[in-house]
Amino acid sequence: MLKQIEGSRGIAEGVALCRPQVICAYPITPQTHIVEGLGEMVKTGELAACEFINVESEFAALSVAIGSSAAGVRTYTATSSQGLLFMAEAVYNASGLGLPIVMTIGNRAIGAPINIWNDHSDAMSMRDAGWIQLYAETNQEALDLHIQAFRLAEELSCPVMVCMDGFILTHAYERIEVPAQEDVDAYLPPFEPRQVLDPAEPVTIGAMVGPEAFTEVRYLAHHKQMRALDRIPQLAAEFAARFGRDSGGLIRPYRTEGAETIVVSLGSINGTVQEVVDEMRAEGVAIGSVGITSFRPFPLAALRETLAGAKRVVVLEKCLAVGLGGIVSDGVRKSLSGIQLNGYTVVAGLGGRAITRVSLRRLFDDALRDALAQVTFLDLNTDLIEHELEREANARRTGPTAEALLRRLGAVSARIG
Amino acid sequence: MDMQAVKFYQTGTFTVGNRLLAPHERSVQAEAARANSLTSGHRACQGCGEALGARYAIDAAMRATGNRIIAVNATGCLEVFSTPYPETSWQVPWIHSLFGNAAAVASGVAAAMRMKGRDDVRVIAQGGDGGTTDIGFGCLSGMFERNDDVLYICYDNEAYMNTGVQRSSATPPAARTATTPAMGAEPGNVFGTGKNVPLIAVAHQIPYVATASVANLRDLEHKVTRAMEFRGARYLHIHVPCPLGWGSAPADTIRIARLAVESGLFPLFEAINGEIASSTPIRRRVPVVEYLKLQKRFAHVVGAGGEARLAHIQAIADRNVMKFDLAREPA
Amino acid sequence: MRAGWLHRTREARLGIAGRPATEVEPVLQVRMHGRGGQGVVSGAEMLSVAAFHEGRHAQAFPSFGSERMGAPVMAFCRIDDRPIRLREPVMAPDVLVIQDATLLHQVDLFNGLSPDGYVLLNSRQGYEALGLGDLMRRMRPERLLALPATDIALEHVGRAVPNVPLLGAFAALTGIVHLDSVVAAIRGKFAGRLAETNVAAVHAAYEQTRRLLETTHA
Repeated sequence: MLKQIEGSRGIAEGVALCRPQVICAYPITPQTHIVEGLGEMVKTGELAACEFINVESEFAALSVAIGSSAAGVRTYTATSSQGLLFMAEAVYNASGLGLPIVMTIGNRAIGAPINIWNDHSDAMSMRDAGWIQLYAETNQEALDLHIQAFRLAEELSCPVMVCMDGFILTHAYERIEVPAQEDVDAYLPPFEPRQVLDPAEPVTIGAMVGPEAFTEVRYLAHHKQMRALDRIPQLAAEFAARFGRDSGGLIRPYRTEGAETIVVSLGSINGTVQEVVDEMRAEGVAIGSVGITSFRPFPLAALRETLAGAKRVVVLEKCLAVGLGGIVSDGVRKSLSGIQLNGYTVVAGLGGRAITRVSLRRLFDDALRDALAQVTFLDLNTDLIEHELEREANARRTGPTAEALLRRLGAVSARIG
Repeated sequence: MDMQAVKFYQTGTFTVGNRLLAPHERSVQAEAARANSLTSGHRACQGCGEALGARYAIDAAMRATGNRIIAVNATGCLEVFSTPYPETSWQVPWIHSLFGNAAAVASGVAAAMRMKGRDDVRVIAQGGDGGTTDIGFGCLSGMFERNDDVLYICYDNEAYMNTGVQRSSATPPAARTATTPAMGAEPGNVFGTGKNVPLIAVAHQIPYVATASVANLRDLEHKVTRAMEFRGARYLHIHVPCPLGWGSAPADTIRIARLAVESGLFPLFEAINGEIASSTPIRRRVPVVEYLKLQKRFAHVVGAGGEARLAHIQAIADRNVMKFDLAREPA
Repeated sequence: MRAGWLHRTREARLGIAGRPATEVEPVLQVRMHGRGGQGVVSGAEMLSVAAFHEGRHAQAFPSFGSERMGAPVMAFCRIDDRPIRLREPVMAPDVLVIQDATLLHQVDLFNGLSPDGYVLLNSRQGYEALGLGDLMRRMRPERLLALPATDIALEHVGRAVPNVPLLGAFAALTGIVHLDSVVAAIRGKFAGRLAETNVAAVHAAYEQTRRLLETTHA
């Protein structure tokens, strides 16, 4: 049924259609509306045969999920930012144990400084923890990815993170087609665990593994994700056949045929990028874009095929490897191993800073002239930077950096973008 | 015929399952058909109090539930010595997740059982003092507060033993550990620190809280069995000597545990819904020094110069005796 | 009288079928300003639902400062006949809704406003009295509306939340959405008595706006 609802509400309804049996939640902006929606549905009975547990921390949330998943029931949770870090030990534990938990990440920046707005630093911090990571471009795709995620997770016995931009998607009202229960049931069969805690057949889960076998256990986890590279497009195709729309898959190329310049990004920003691509294509510029949907496993081959013909690639990322530069661009670079082209990393949108069409147009124009540095911070306020560096050079006790910058910036609420 | 009340004591030989008792009153361990949940072959130290306590506790729980339990284990000695790769000595469904989350994982398992319509399957979370009183404290309190249907068993050997005997918030005052060495002006663990988790559990007003000791294994079994009669959050705190960490002889484990009880340093009590419901009176009170002198970790207390510390520890024991009315005549 | 601006602009810019090569902007961009607690965000949401009821694509999202009552809040709404891909804040609004006049000289409210744009201002006073004479002269006067929306809300709903009356004024002033669609959006959000009182408020604001416009253009 077609609805105009908040993204979070769409996710809640989508997750409910997947018939989870245990949902455990700890509040953190901006994912809270999702679990609140689910909690309400459990209370009213709209989501039946499901227990909603209010836990005392994110660490507890994922731990409860580990317990219920290991005991053989379909389990869901959600978090963001600081919460994801707080459960970090459990994140590795869940994938190491091979538990098919699905977790929504309402992408939000990680402090300090504390910041509630969107960027990808949270999910990026867990990129190597062994979870499959999928990024949604729209709220429709976010809903659809959850359905695909449960199917993928249970098939492979591997947990899946579905990432959606906090506020930009979670708090946006837009048109979403909420599927029918029968269609979801046909796509997502009941959970058949590979391992389960059951008095009738006792097993030991979580024993210590020494040097003799640890490498093999880790290799098998890697192998799982390699298999996912095949399964993800197949499950997306099956989804398209049943639900009639393109959601998921590994990457989403847009007007890349004959493109000399290709912009790579993750999540909702790809929509704005496509708008600018259209604008420039209309002027005869050979430019295209690629949205990466599956960040883990990283689609090396698919990217290579799409990017190989370009002269330059601009990787637009909402995250930063401090001391190195780009995170996504590392993967993109790897996919282009041996191929000679100009690669640019652009760090943008950190902490929720708006990425505007105007800025992107200017950026892409610079890229066309190869007038970009290796790593660019989009819309960096150089005045603020220079002023702060000068202060630090002239005094020892300069106080908290954030406070100094904000003071120089003046009243923040006066600005629009 | 005159009926004469006969009191049975376990003395001298420490035998189990007294054959003069009615079968249903005997120890679970006396039955050949016992679950043997923690079977032989594990790597616990000689004289390990925790291995003893766990065996008795889990087998009692199995009998009480018709062999239908799932165990969730925190990281620690019990987890490590019971599952040395590539073997396991557990004959029950068992999961080890992390150090601090056993209570939360158990809550999840319990929820899953409810969702599967299997409320005949009961869940036990277990861990050492470190995983319970410190790193697992948040999850433990959360489980209590939600009244999840989990029995949490803490095996308290009063330090982080598996990592080399470091101080925890269950380490008693003056005890020597690797991080509270017996040196300087205040040797050993600092007085005035520490957490009484059994009383904290009572404060959460959960259905059942009890302390137990490997000195009285029948009492331990009885408390596990009683705990399984309740639904909701339950907590059992078992005192388990660690010969390695305490610097005691492996053969003295049960004796030392008994002395802890008889000195008043480890009171045995039960609480129901936030009120103390019973306590076990001490038959024959002993001065704390009798308990402390068997452990090298208290050498600086019982030796010359330790008089003030000894007196302080005695005062703690005296206060326990008063608080739990342990000096009263046994029934 | 339904505002003709929308139709002319759409025809002129869209051509007959589909999105022409030069057209990359969504048809309509609305920016709403207010303070936390005044329903700015839900106002934008209801507007998007109203457009949805007319079979159109709509996107509404907030821009939060710190989450507390009384802090300046913005919300945005885009309406188009095609899926909306753009995610940036509304930099160049076609319609500006100001729910709290105390923001007028604190926040740069009029930034990016098109000279052909509409302004809906929640105030008992007029633009001149509020020191906005310059603005009036830059814009098309028949597209500037000042309405005591809080008073209307208090009268009909009993709460000082001006968002719903402003939606009624929006429908009357711009014709971008029908009043019926706004009413449907209100009924979707509120239940029972609260729905009815809000519907009454939106009708009242709609009628009051129409009367104001007729008087101005008499």
